Amino acid sequence: MKPIIETQVMRAVEAVPAAMLREARLARVREWIMAVVPPVLGLLVFAAIWQAVSLQNKAIPGPLPVWDAAVALFSKPFYVNGPNDQGIGWNILSSLQRVGLGFGLAALIGIPAGFIIGRFKFIAAMLAPIISLLRPVSPLAWLPIGLLVFKSANPASIWVIFISSIWPIILNTAAGVSQVPQDYLNVARVLNLSESKIITKVLFPAVLPHLLTGIRLSIGVAWLVIVAAEMLTGGVGIGFWVWDEWNNLNVAHIIIAIFVVGIVGLLLEQALIKLASFFDYQ
Amino acid sequence: MNAATVSQLHDTRFVELSRVNKAFATKKGVFLAVQDVNLSIKKGEFVSIIGHSGCGKSTVLNLIAGLLDASSGTLICNGREIAGPGPERSVVFQNHSLLPWLTCFGNIYLAVEQVFGKKEGKERLKQRTHAALELVGLAHAADKRPNEVSGGMKQRVGIARALAMEPKVLLMDEPFGALDALTRAHLQDELIRIVGETGSTVVMVTHDVDEAVLLSDRIVMMTNGPAATVGEILDVPIPRPRKRLELADDPDYVAARKAVLDFLYQRHARPAAAA
Ligand SMILES: Nc1ncnc2c1ncn2[C@@H]1O[C@H](COP(=O)(O)OP(=O)(O)OP(=O)(O)O)[C@@H](O)[C@H]1O
Ligand SMILES: [Mg+2]
Repeated sequence: MKPIIETQVMRAVEAVPAAMLREARLARVREWIMAVVPPVLGLLVFAAIWQAVSLQNKAIPGPLPVWDAAVALFSKPFYVNGPNDQGIGWNILSSLQRVGLGFGLAALIGIPAGFIIGRFKFIAAMLAPIISLLRPVSPLAWLPIGLLVFKSANPASIWVIFISSIWPIILNTAAGVSQVPQDYLNVARVLNLSESKIITKVLFPAVLPHLLTGIRLSIGVAWLVIVAAEMLTGGVGIGFWVWDEWNNLNVAHIIIAIFVVGIVGLLLEQALIKLASFFDYQ
Repeated sequence: MNAATVSQLHDTRFVELSRVNKAFATKKGVFLAVQDVNLSIKKGEFVSIIGHSGCGKSTVLNLIAGLLDASSGTLICNGREIAGPGPERSVVFQNHSLLPWLTCFGNIYLAVEQVFGKKEGKERLKQRTHAALELVGLAHAADKRPNEVSGGMKQRVGIARALAMEPKVLLMDEPFGALDALTRAHLQDELIRIVGETGSTVVMVTHDVDEAVLLSDRIVMMTNGPAATVGEILDVPIPRPRKRLELADDPDYVAARKAVLDFLYQRHARPAAAA
Protein backbone atom coordinates (compact mmCIF):
# COMPACT_ATOMS: atom_id res chain seq x y z
CA MET A 1 0.00 0.00 0.00
CA LYS A 2 2.53 2.48 1.19
CA PRO A 3 5.00 2.21 -1.72
CA ILE A 4 2.22 2.80 -4.25
CA ILE A 5 1.17 6.00 -2.59
CA GLU A 6 4.76 7.14 -2.46
CA THR A 7 5.34 6.55 -6.17
CA GLN A 8 2.13 8.36 -6.97
CA VAL A 9 3.22 11.29 -4.91
CA MET A 10 6.62 11.23 -6.50
CA ARG A 11 5.11 11.20 -9.97
CA ALA A 12 2.95 14.16 -9.09
CA VAL A 13 5.97 16.01 -7.75
CA GLU A 14 7.91 15.25 -10.92
CA ALA A 15 5.01 16.18 -13.17
CA VAL A 16 4.64 19.64 -11.75
CA PRO A 17 8.19 20.85 -12.41
CA ALA A 18 8.13 19.43 -15.94
CA ALA A 19 4.92 21.30 -16.72
CA MET A 20 6.29 24.43 -15.11
CA LEU A 21 9.49 24.19 -17.11
CA ARG A 22 7.56 23.83 -20.34
CA GLU A 23 5.42 26.80 -19.34
CA ALA A 24 8.49 28.88 -18.56
CA ARG A 25 10.15 27.94 -21.84
CA LEU A 26 7.01 28.90 -23.75
CA ALA A 27 6.86 32.22 -21.93
CA ARG A 28 10.46 32.92 -22.89
CA VAL A 29 9.80 32.11 -26.55
CA ARG A 30 6.75 34.35 -26.51
CA GLU A 31 8.80 37.16 -24.95
CA TRP A 32 11.49 36.75 -27.57
CA ILE A 33 8.97 36.88 -30.41
CA MET A 34 7.41 40.01 -28.92
CA ALA A 35 10.84 41.63 -28.69
CA VAL A 36 11.89 40.87 -32.27
CA VAL A 37 8.84 40.68 -34.51
CA PRO A 38 7.27 44.14 -34.00
CA PRO A 39 10.45 46.16 -34.62
CA VAL A 40 11.33 44.09 -37.70
CA LEU A 41 7.79 44.50 -38.98
CA GLY A 42 8.00 48.26 -38.37
CA LEU A 43 11.24 48.50 -40.37
CA LEU A 44 9.73 46.48 -43.21
CA VAL A 45 6.68 48.77 -43.34
CA PHE A 46 9.03 51.76 -43.35
CA ALA A 47 11.04 50.28 -46.25
CA ALA A 48 7.83 49.54 -48.15
CA ILE A 49 6.60 53.12 -47.80
CA TRP A 50 10.02 54.38 -48.84
CA GLN A 51 9.94 52.09 -51.90
CA ALA A 52 6.45 53.37 -52.78
CA VAL A 53 7.61 56.98 -52.47
CA SER A 54 10.65 56.29 -54.66
CA LEU A 55 8.42 54.74 -57.31
CA GLN A 56 6.25 57.85 -57.30
CA ASN A 57 9.13 60.31 -57.28
CA LYS A 58 12.04 59.33 -59.49
CA ALA A 59 14.38 61.82 -57.74
CA ILE A 60 14.36 59.75 -54.57
CA PRO A 61 16.22 56.43 -54.80
CA GLY A 62 14.62 53.37 -53.22
CA PRO A 63 16.06 51.19 -50.45
CA LEU A 64 18.02 48.87 -52.73
CA PRO A 65 20.06 51.46 -54.67
CA VAL A 66 20.75 53.26 -51.39
CA TRP A 67 21.94 50.00 -49.88
CA ASP A 68 24.31 49.44 -52.80
CA ALA A 69 25.62 52.98 -52.49
CA ALA A 70 26.16 52.48 -48.78
CA VAL A 71 28.10 49.28 -49.32
CA ALA A 72 30.34 51.08 -51.82
CA LEU A 73 30.74 54.03 -49.49
CA PHE A 74 31.61 52.02 -46.40
CA SER A 75 34.03 49.76 -48.21
CA LYS A 76 36.47 52.69 -48.30
CA PRO A 77 35.58 54.77 -45.23
CA PHE A 78 38.97 56.40 -44.66
CA TYR A 79 40.23 57.62 -48.02
CA VAL A 80 41.55 61.18 -48.40
CA ASN A 81 41.35 63.01 -51.73
CA GLY A 82 42.22 66.51 -50.66
CA PRO A 83 40.55 68.60 -47.94
CA ASN A 84 37.04 68.53 -49.38
CA ASP A 85 36.83 64.90 -50.44
CA GLN A 86 37.39 62.43 -47.62
CA GLY A 87 35.88 59.09 -46.62
CA ILE A 88 32.63 58.87 -44.66
CA GLY A 89 34.60 57.59 -41.66
CA TRP A 90 36.66 60.78 -41.47
CA ASN A 91 33.50 62.86 -41.75
CA ILE A 92 31.81 61.02 -38.89
CA LEU A 93 34.94 61.17 -36.74
CA SER A 94 35.47 64.88 -37.23
CA SER A 95 31.84 65.59 -36.38
CA LEU A 96 32.19 63.44 -33.27
CA GLN A 97 35.36 65.25 -32.36
CA ARG A 98 33.62 68.64 -32.53
CA VAL A 99 30.73 67.32 -30.48
CA GLY A 100 33.19 65.86 -27.98
CA LEU A 101 35.09 69.12 -27.63
CA GLY A 102 32.02 71.35 -27.44
CA PHE A 103 30.26 69.01 -25.05
CA GLY A 104 33.40 68.54 -22.97
CA LEU A 105 33.75 72.28 -22.48
CA ALA A 106 30.04 72.51 -21.67
CA ALA A 107 30.41 69.79 -19.03
CA LEU A 108 33.54 71.42 -17.63
CA ILE A 109 31.68 74.66 -17.03
CA GLY A 110 28.09 73.41 -16.75
CA ILE A 111 28.59 70.83 -13.98
CA PRO A 112 30.25 73.19 -11.47
CA ALA A 113 27.80 75.92 -12.46
CA GLY A 114 24.91 73.54 -11.83
CA PHE A 115 26.30 72.65 -8.40
CA ILE A 116 26.70 76.29 -7.45
CA ILE A 117 23.21 77.18 -8.66
CA GLY A 118 21.69 74.22 -6.85
CA ARG A 119 23.52 74.97 -3.62
CA PHE A 120 23.25 78.74 -3.31
CA LYS A 121 19.80 80.28 -3.64
CA PHE A 122 21.17 83.76 -4.15
CA ILE A 123 23.29 82.79 -7.14
CA ALA A 124 20.42 80.72 -8.52
CA ALA A 125 18.16 83.76 -8.38
CA MET A 126 20.88 85.88 -9.94
CA LEU A 127 21.40 83.56 -12.90
CA ALA A 128 17.77 82.55 -13.40
CA PRO A 129 16.84 85.44 -15.72
CA ILE A 130 19.98 85.02 -17.83
CA ILE A 131 19.43 81.31 -18.25
CA SER A 132 15.75 81.58 -19.05
CA LEU A 133 16.53 84.28 -21.60
CA LEU A 134 19.36 82.47 -23.38
CA ARG A 135 18.15 78.88 -23.20
CA PRO A 136 15.35 79.11 -25.78
CA VAL A 137 17.62 80.77 -28.36
CA SER A 138 18.16 78.57 -31.42
CA PRO A 139 21.72 77.22 -31.33
CA LEU A 140 22.46 78.46 -34.85
CA ALA A 141 21.78 82.02 -33.79
CA TRP A 142 25.07 81.77 -31.90
CA LEU A 143 27.06 80.86 -35.01
CA PRO A 144 27.70 84.45 -36.24
CA ILE A 145 29.01 85.41 -32.80
CA GLY A 146 31.30 82.41 -32.90
CA LEU A 147 32.56 83.27 -36.38
CA LEU A 148 33.08 86.86 -35.31
CA VAL A 149 35.02 85.99 -32.18
CA PHE A 150 37.04 83.00 -33.40
CA LYS A 151 37.37 84.08 -37.06
CA SER A 152 37.40 80.45 -38.16
CA ALA A 153 34.77 77.83 -38.90
CA ASN A 154 35.95 74.98 -36.71
CA PRO A 155 36.02 76.75 -33.33
CA ALA A 156 32.78 78.49 -34.28
CA SER A 157 30.95 75.18 -34.65
CA ILE A 158 32.48 73.93 -31.39
CA TRP A 159 31.22 77.12 -29.79
CA VAL A 160 27.71 76.43 -31.08
CA ILE A 161 27.83 72.91 -29.65
CA PHE A 162 29.08 74.30 -26.36
CA ILE A 163 26.37 76.91 -26.00
CA SER A 164 23.53 74.58 -26.99
CA SER A 165 24.58 71.63 -24.85
CA ILE A 166 25.42 73.55 -21.69
CA TRP A 167 21.80 74.27 -20.65
CA PRO A 168 20.61 70.71 -20.07
CA ILE A 169 23.74 70.05 -18.01
CA ILE A 170 23.35 73.15 -15.85
CA LEU A 171 19.63 72.73 -15.31
CA ASN A 172 19.66 69.00 -14.55
CA THR A 173 22.64 69.29 -12.23
CA ALA A 174 21.05 72.21 -10.39
CA ALA A 175 17.73 70.37 -10.10
CA GLY A 176 19.55 67.31 -8.81
CA VAL A 177 21.47 69.30 -6.20
CA SER A 178 18.38 71.08 -4.92
CA GLN A 179 16.52 67.76 -4.71
CA VAL A 180 19.11 65.99 -2.58
CA PRO A 181 17.10 64.60 0.35
CA GLN A 182 17.34 66.69 3.50
CA ASP A 183 18.16 63.47 5.38
CA TYR A 184 21.48 63.13 3.60
CA LEU A 185 22.32 66.76 4.26
CA ASN A 186 21.44 66.28 7.93
CA VAL A 187 23.86 63.36 8.07
CA ALA A 188 26.51 65.60 6.53
CA ARG A 189 25.79 68.30 9.11
CA VAL A 190 25.92 65.92 12.08
CA LEU A 191 29.20 64.48 10.81
CA ASN A 192 30.45 68.03 10.32
CA LEU A 193 31.69 67.25 6.79
CA SER A 194 33.70 69.94 5.08
CA GLU A 195 32.19 71.56 1.99
CA SER A 196 34.55 69.59 -0.25
CA LYS A 197 33.59 66.31 1.42
CA ILE A 198 29.91 67.22 1.22
CA ILE A 199 30.38 67.61 -2.51
CA THR A 200 32.38 64.44 -3.13
CA LYS A 201 30.71 62.09 -0.65
CA VAL A 202 27.11 63.32 -0.56
CA LEU A 203 26.11 65.76 -3.28
CA PHE A 204 27.98 64.28 -6.23
CA PRO A 205 26.78 60.69 -5.79
CA ALA A 206 23.26 61.91 -5.06
CA VAL A 207 23.25 64.11 -8.14
CA LEU A 208 24.98 61.68 -10.49
CA PRO A 209 21.77 60.14 -11.91
CA HIS A 210 20.39 63.63 -12.66
CA LEU A 211 23.72 64.67 -14.08
CA LEU A 212 23.77 61.70 -16.44
CA THR A 213 20.28 62.60 -17.64
CA GLY A 214 21.58 66.10 -18.34
CA ILE A 215 24.57 64.70 -20.22
CA ARG A 216 22.32 62.44 -22.28
CA LEU A 217 20.04 65.32 -23.24
CA SER A 218 22.93 67.60 -24.00
CA ILE A 219 24.79 65.12 -26.19
CA GLY A 220 21.51 64.54 -28.01
CA VAL A 221 21.18 68.27 -28.64
CA ALA A 222 24.84 68.55 -29.64
CA TRP A 223 24.47 65.80 -32.20
CA LEU A 224 21.33 67.46 -33.59
CA VAL A 225 23.07 70.80 -33.87
CA ILE A 226 26.39 69.69 -35.33
CA VAL A 227 24.86 68.68 -38.67
CA ALA A 228 23.24 72.08 -39.11
CA ALA A 229 26.33 73.97 -37.96
CA GLU A 230 28.63 72.09 -40.30
CA MET A 231 26.28 72.70 -43.22
CA LEU A 232 26.86 76.38 -42.65
CA THR A 233 30.57 76.32 -41.90
CA GLY A 234 31.95 73.65 -44.24
CA GLY A 235 35.16 71.66 -43.75
CA VAL A 236 35.15 67.96 -42.96
CA GLY A 237 32.15 66.57 -41.12
CA ILE A 238 28.92 64.71 -41.64
CA GLY A 239 26.88 67.93 -41.96
CA PHE A 240 29.22 69.37 -44.53
CA TRP A 241 29.20 66.05 -46.35
CA VAL A 242 25.38 66.20 -46.62
CA TRP A 243 25.65 69.67 -48.09
CA ASP A 244 28.37 68.60 -50.51
CA GLU A 245 26.30 65.64 -51.71
CA TRP A 246 23.34 67.96 -52.16
CA ASN A 247 25.49 70.11 -54.42
CA ASN A 248 26.46 66.94 -56.31
CA LEU A 249 22.75 65.96 -56.36
CA ASN A 250 23.72 62.57 -54.93
CA VAL A 251 20.43 61.83 -53.13
CA ALA A 252 21.40 58.28 -52.19
CA HIS A 253 24.31 59.67 -50.16
CA ILE A 254 22.05 62.20 -48.47
CA ILE A 255 19.76 59.40 -47.38
CA ILE A 256 22.75 57.42 -46.16
CA ALA A 257 23.86 60.47 -44.18
CA ILE A 258 20.45 60.65 -42.53
CA PHE A 259 20.77 57.03 -41.43
CA VAL A 260 24.34 57.55 -40.26
CA VAL A 261 23.36 60.56 -38.16
CA GLY A 262 20.44 58.60 -36.72
CA ILE A 263 22.47 55.50 -35.94
CA VAL A 264 25.38 57.40 -34.36
CA GLY A 265 22.90 59.38 -32.26
CA LEU A 266 21.24 56.16 -31.17
CA LEU A 267 24.56 54.57 -30.24
CA LEU A 268 25.59 57.62 -28.20
CA GLU A 269 22.27 57.56 -26.37
CA GLN A 270 22.47 53.81 -25.66
CA ALA A 271 26.05 54.09 -24.43
CA LEU A 272 25.04 56.83 -22.00
CA ILE A 273 22.01 54.90 -20.78
CA LYS A 274 24.30 51.93 -20.16
CA LEU A 275 26.70 54.18 -18.27
CA ALA A 276 23.86 55.60 -16.19
CA SER A 277 22.69 52.13 -15.18
CA PHE A 278 26.03 51.52 -13.45
CA PHE A 279 25.29 54.38 -11.09
CA ASP A 280 21.71 53.44 -10.31
CA TYR A 281 22.10 52.47 -6.67
CA GLN A 282 18.40 52.66 -5.74
CA MET B 1 34.64 77.51 41.95
CA ASN B 2 37.40 74.95 41.54
CA ALA B 3 37.84 72.59 38.60
CA ALA B 4 36.33 69.58 40.36
CA THR B 5 33.02 71.29 41.15
CA VAL B 6 32.82 72.65 37.63
CA SER B 7 33.19 69.21 36.16
CA GLN B 8 30.69 67.83 38.67
CA LEU B 9 28.25 70.48 37.59
CA HIS B 10 28.86 69.47 33.98
CA ASP B 11 28.16 65.87 34.85
CA THR B 12 24.85 66.46 36.62
CA ARG B 13 23.70 68.97 34.01
CA PHE B 14 25.45 67.38 31.08
CA VAL B 15 22.72 68.45 28.69
CA GLU B 16 20.60 71.34 29.75
CA LEU B 17 17.68 73.03 28.08
CA SER B 18 16.31 76.10 29.77
CA ARG B 19 13.25 78.04 28.71
CA VAL B 20 13.56 76.83 25.16
CA ASN B 21 10.99 77.96 22.61
CA LYS B 22 10.84 76.94 19.01
CA ALA B 23 8.60 78.63 16.48
CA PHE B 24 8.36 77.76 12.80
CA ALA B 25 7.53 80.30 10.13
CA THR B 26 4.74 78.75 8.05
CA LYS B 27 2.49 80.00 5.29
CA LYS B 28 -0.26 80.62 7.81
CA GLY B 29 2.04 82.60 10.07
CA VAL B 30 4.23 81.72 13.01
CA PHE B 31 3.65 78.31 14.55
CA LEU B 32 4.90 77.88 18.10
CA ALA B 33 5.80 74.19 18.22
CA VAL B 34 7.35 73.91 21.68
CA GLN B 35 7.31 76.39 24.50
CA ASP B 36 9.30 76.82 27.68
CA VAL B 37 11.04 73.45 27.61
CA ASN B 38 13.24 72.87 30.64
CA LEU B 39 15.22 69.70 30.96
CA SER B 40 18.54 68.67 32.39
CA ILE B 41 20.18 65.36 31.73
CA LYS B 42 22.96 63.74 33.74
CA LYS B 43 26.02 62.19 32.21
CA GLY B 44 25.41 58.51 31.45
CA GLU B 45 21.68 58.87 31.82
CA PHE B 46 19.15 57.30 29.46
CA VAL B 47 16.24 59.68 28.91
CA SER B 48 13.21 59.02 26.75
CA ILE B 49 10.90 61.66 25.35
CA ILE B 50 7.37 60.42 24.86
CA GLY B 51 4.22 62.15 23.66
CA HIS B 52 1.52 62.00 21.05
CA SER B 53 2.31 62.32 17.38
CA GLY B 54 3.05 65.88 16.33
CA CYS B 55 3.58 67.22 19.83
CA GLY B 56 7.17 68.24 19.20
CA LYS B 57 9.39 65.33 20.24
CA SER B 58 11.50 65.45 17.10
CA THR B 59 11.70 69.21 17.42
CA VAL B 60 13.22 68.91 20.90
CA LEU B 61 15.65 66.21 19.75
CA ASN B 62 16.72 68.22 16.71
CA LEU B 63 17.25 71.25 18.92
CA ILE B 64 19.65 69.22 21.06
CA ALA B 65 21.28 67.86 17.90
CA GLY B 66 21.73 71.44 16.69
CA LEU B 67 19.91 70.64 13.44
CA LEU B 68 17.33 73.25 14.47
CA ASP B 69 18.03 76.61 16.09
CA ALA B 70 15.96 77.58 19.10
CA SER B 71 13.84 80.70 18.76
CA SER B 72 14.74 81.59 22.33
CA GLY B 73 16.19 79.96 25.43
CA THR B 74 19.53 78.28 25.98
CA LEU B 75 20.77 74.81 25.19
CA ILE B 76 23.98 73.57 26.73
CA CYS B 77 25.93 70.38 26.26
CA ASN B 78 29.01 69.56 28.31
CA GLY B 79 29.32 73.15 29.50
CA ARG B 80 29.11 74.68 26.04
CA GLU B 81 26.26 76.32 24.24
CA ILE B 82 24.93 74.20 21.39
CA ALA B 83 25.62 76.24 18.27
CA GLY B 84 24.98 73.69 15.54
CA PRO B 85 25.22 70.00 14.81
CA GLY B 86 28.39 68.11 15.52
CA PRO B 87 29.72 64.59 15.89
CA GLU B 88 29.81 64.80 19.70
CA ARG B 89 25.99 64.64 19.51
CA SER B 90 25.45 61.87 17.00
CA VAL B 91 21.97 61.15 15.75
CA VAL B 92 20.17 57.93 14.87
CA PHE B 93 17.56 59.15 12.43
CA GLN B 94 14.00 57.91 12.31
CA ASN B 95 14.51 56.56 8.77
CA HIS B 96 18.12 55.37 9.21
CA SER B 97 19.40 57.93 6.62
CA LEU B 98 22.21 55.77 5.31
CA LEU B 99 23.85 56.99 2.13
CA PRO B 100 22.68 54.47 -0.48
CA TRP B 101 25.84 54.68 -2.61
CA LEU B 102 28.09 53.58 0.25
CA THR B 103 28.25 50.08 1.70
CA CYS B 104 27.32 49.48 5.34
CA PHE B 105 31.04 49.61 6.07
CA GLY B 106 31.44 52.77 3.99
CA ASN B 107 28.64 54.55 5.81
CA ILE B 108 30.23 53.93 9.19
CA TYR B 109 33.74 54.56 7.90
CA LEU B 110 32.75 58.01 6.65
CA ALA B 111 31.67 58.92 10.18
CA VAL B 112 34.67 57.31 11.86
CA GLU B 113 37.10 58.99 9.49
CA GLN B 114 35.48 62.32 10.13
CA VAL B 115 35.77 62.02 13.92
CA PHE B 116 39.09 60.20 14.33
CA GLY B 117 40.79 60.67 10.94
CA LYS B 118 43.02 63.51 12.10
CA LYS B 119 44.59 61.53 14.92
CA GLU B 120 44.53 57.93 13.78
CA GLY B 121 45.81 55.89 10.85
CA LYS B 122 43.70 54.13 8.25
CA GLU B 123 44.16 50.69 9.87
CA ARG B 124 42.85 51.91 13.20
CA LEU B 125 39.87 53.60 11.49
CA LYS B 126 39.00 50.38 9.69
CA GLN B 127 39.35 48.50 12.96
CA ARG B 128 36.92 50.90 14.62
CA THR B 129 34.44 50.48 11.78
CA HIS B 130 34.59 46.68 11.99
CA ALA B 131 34.18 46.86 15.75
CA ALA B 132 31.06 49.00 15.35
CA LEU B 133 29.58 46.55 12.86
CA GLU B 134 30.37 43.69 15.21
CA LEU B 135 28.71 45.52 18.09
CA VAL B 136 25.39 45.41 16.25
CA GLY B 137 26.02 41.92 14.90
CA LEU B 138 26.46 42.91 11.28
CA ALA B 139 30.06 41.95 10.54
CA HIS B 140 28.82 39.75 7.68
CA ALA B 141 26.95 42.62 5.98
CA ALA B 142 29.92 44.99 5.81
CA ASP B 143 30.15 45.03 2.03
CA LYS B 144 26.43 45.19 1.31
CA ARG B 145 24.67 48.33 0.13
CA PRO B 146 21.81 49.62 2.33
CA ASN B 147 19.22 48.55 -0.25
CA GLU B 148 20.53 44.98 -0.01
CA VAL B 149 19.82 44.56 3.70
CA SER B 150 16.59 44.44 5.72
CA GLY B 151 14.99 47.39 7.49
CA GLY B 152 16.17 46.16 10.88
CA MET B 153 19.71 45.79 9.59
CA LYS B 154 19.68 49.32 8.15
CA GLN B 155 18.54 50.65 11.50
CA ARG B 156 21.35 48.72 13.20
CA VAL B 157 23.90 50.21 10.79
CA GLY B 158 22.48 53.64 11.66
CA ILE B 159 22.97 52.88 15.36
CA ALA B 160 26.47 51.51 14.72
CA ARG B 161 27.36 54.68 12.81
CA ALA B 162 26.17 56.86 15.66
CA LEU B 163 27.95 54.77 18.30
CA ALA B 164 31.21 54.50 16.33
CA MET B 165 31.57 58.27 16.61
CA GLU B 166 31.88 57.83 20.39
CA PRO B 167 29.50 60.72 20.95
CA LYS B 168 29.10 62.54 24.23
CA VAL B 169 25.36 62.22 23.70
CA LEU B 170 23.56 59.70 21.54
CA LEU B 171 20.34 61.10 20.12
CA MET B 172 17.77 58.70 18.71
CA ASP B 173 14.52 59.63 16.98
CA GLU B 174 12.14 56.68 17.18
CA PRO B 175 14.99 54.38 16.22
CA PHE B 176 12.82 51.27 16.23
CA GLY B 177 9.55 52.84 15.15
CA ALA B 178 9.45 51.31 11.68
CA LEU B 179 10.34 47.77 12.76
CA ASP B 180 8.23 44.71 13.52
CA ALA B 181 7.74 43.77 17.16
CA LEU B 182 10.27 40.90 17.19
CA THR B 183 13.05 42.87 15.56
CA ARG B 184 12.29 45.81 17.80
CA ALA B 185 12.54 43.69 20.97
CA HIS B 186 15.81 42.22 19.72
CA LEU B 187 17.32 45.64 19.00
CA GLN B 188 16.10 47.01 22.33
CA ASP B 189 17.94 44.20 24.09
CA GLU B 190 21.04 44.95 22.05
CA LEU B 191 20.76 48.63 22.88
CA ILE B 192 20.53 47.79 26.59
CA ARG B 193 23.70 45.72 26.26
CA ILE B 194 25.58 48.33 24.22
CA VAL B 195 24.65 51.24 26.46
CA GLY B 196 25.58 49.09 29.45
CA GLU B 197 29.02 48.55 27.90
CA THR B 198 29.66 52.10 26.74
CA GLY B 199 27.87 54.06 29.47
CA SER B 200 26.61 56.51 26.86
CA THR B 201 24.31 59.40 27.60
CA VAL B 202 21.21 58.78 25.52
CA VAL B 203 18.17 60.82 24.57
CA MET B 204 15.59 58.77 22.74
CA VAL B 205 12.29 59.85 21.23
CA THR B 206 9.64 57.16 21.25
CA HIS B 207 5.90 56.70 21.20
CA ASP B 208 6.10 53.20 22.65
CA VAL B 209 5.33 53.13 26.38
CA ASP B 210 6.94 49.73 27.02
CA GLU B 211 10.06 50.74 25.17
CA ALA B 212 10.34 53.93 27.21
CA VAL B 213 9.97 52.09 30.52
CA LEU B 214 12.26 49.24 29.55
CA LEU B 215 15.14 51.44 28.44
CA SER B 216 14.99 54.71 30.37
CA ASP B 217 16.23 56.07 33.65
CA ARG B 218 13.78 58.91 33.24
CA ILE B 219 10.83 59.47 30.94
CA VAL B 220 10.00 62.97 29.77
CA MET B 221 6.30 63.19 28.98
CA MET B 222 5.29 66.00 26.66
CA THR B 223 1.93 67.74 26.53
CA ASN B 224 0.09 68.12 23.26
CA GLY B 225 0.99 70.89 20.83
CA PRO B 226 0.86 73.55 19.69
CA ALA B 227 3.12 75.15 22.27
CA ALA B 228 3.90 71.75 23.73
CA THR B 229 6.08 71.54 26.77
CA VAL B 230 7.40 69.07 29.32
CA GLY B 231 4.33 67.90 31.23
CA GLU B 232 5.93 65.56 33.71
CA ILE B 233 9.17 63.67 34.24
CA LEU B 234 8.99 60.15 35.59
CA ASP B 235 11.83 58.32 37.31
CA VAL B 236 12.11 54.63 36.47
CA PRO B 237 13.82 53.17 39.53
CA ILE B 238 14.48 49.72 38.08
CA PRO B 239 18.07 48.55 38.55
CA ARG B 240 20.25 47.60 35.59
CA PRO B 241 20.93 45.36 33.80
CA ARG B 242 17.25 44.97 33.02
CA LYS B 243 15.86 41.71 31.70
CA ARG B 244 12.77 41.95 29.54
CA LEU B 245 11.21 38.73 30.85
CA GLU B 246 11.72 39.48 34.52
CA LEU B 247 10.26 42.96 34.22
CA ALA B 248 6.71 41.96 33.37
CA ASP B 249 5.85 41.33 37.04
CA ASP B 250 8.17 43.92 38.55
CA PRO B 251 5.99 46.31 40.61
CA ASP B 252 8.19 49.30 39.67
CA TYR B 253 7.81 48.44 36.00
CA VAL B 254 4.05 48.05 36.27
CA ALA B 255 3.75 51.32 38.21
CA ALA B 256 5.92 53.25 35.74
CA ARG B 257 4.00 51.86 32.82
CA LYS B 258 0.71 52.80 34.42
CA ALA B 259 1.93 56.32 35.18
CA VAL B 260 2.92 56.93 31.56
CA LEU B 261 -0.29 55.43 30.20
CA ASP B 262 -2.26 57.54 32.64
CA PHE B 263 -0.49 60.68 31.47
CA LEU B 264 -0.90 59.92 27.78
CA TYR B 265 -4.43 58.58 27.71
CA GLN B 266 -6.15 60.19 30.70
CA ARG B 267 -4.75 63.59 31.43
CA HIS B 268 -3.24 64.44 28.06
CA ALA B 269 -5.23 62.37 25.62
CA ARG B 270 -4.88 63.36 22.01
CA PRO B 271 -7.15 66.30 21.27
CA ALA B 272 -9.10 64.38 18.65
CA ALA B 273 -9.48 61.39 20.97
CA ALA B 274 -10.58 63.55 23.90
CA ALA B 275 -13.30 65.31 21.92
N1 LIG C 1 9.94 72.75 9.59
C1 LIG C 1 8.71 72.92 10.11
N2 LIG C 1 7.93 73.92 9.69
C2 LIG C 1 6.70 74.09 10.22
N3 LIG C 1 6.17 73.32 11.18
C3 LIG C 1 6.91 72.30 11.65
C4 LIG C 1 8.22 72.04 11.14
N4 LIG C 1 8.72 70.97 11.80
C5 LIG C 1 7.76 70.58 12.65
N5 LIG C 1 6.67 71.39 12.60
C6 LIG C 1 5.46 71.29 13.41
O1 LIG C 1 5.84 71.20 14.75
C7 LIG C 1 5.05 70.26 15.44
C8 LIG C 1 5.93 69.25 16.11
O2 LIG C 1 6.57 68.46 15.11
P1 LIG C 1 7.52 67.25 15.48
O3 LIG C 1 8.03 66.70 14.22
O4 LIG C 1 8.50 67.68 16.49
O5 LIG C 1 6.48 66.22 16.14
P2 LIG C 1 6.76 64.79 16.75
O6 LIG C 1 6.34 64.82 18.15
O7 LIG C 1 8.13 64.35 16.45
O8 LIG C 1 5.72 63.90 15.93
P3 LIG C 1 5.85 62.38 15.45
O9 LIG C 1 5.67 61.54 16.65
O10 LIG C 1 4.71 62.22 14.50
O11 LIG C 1 7.18 62.23 14.81
C9 LIG C 1 4.10 69.66 14.42
O12 LIG C 1 2.84 70.29 14.57
C10 LIG C 1 4.71 70.00 13.11
O13 LIG C 1 3.70 70.23 12.15
MG1 LIG D 1 9.00 62.86 15.11
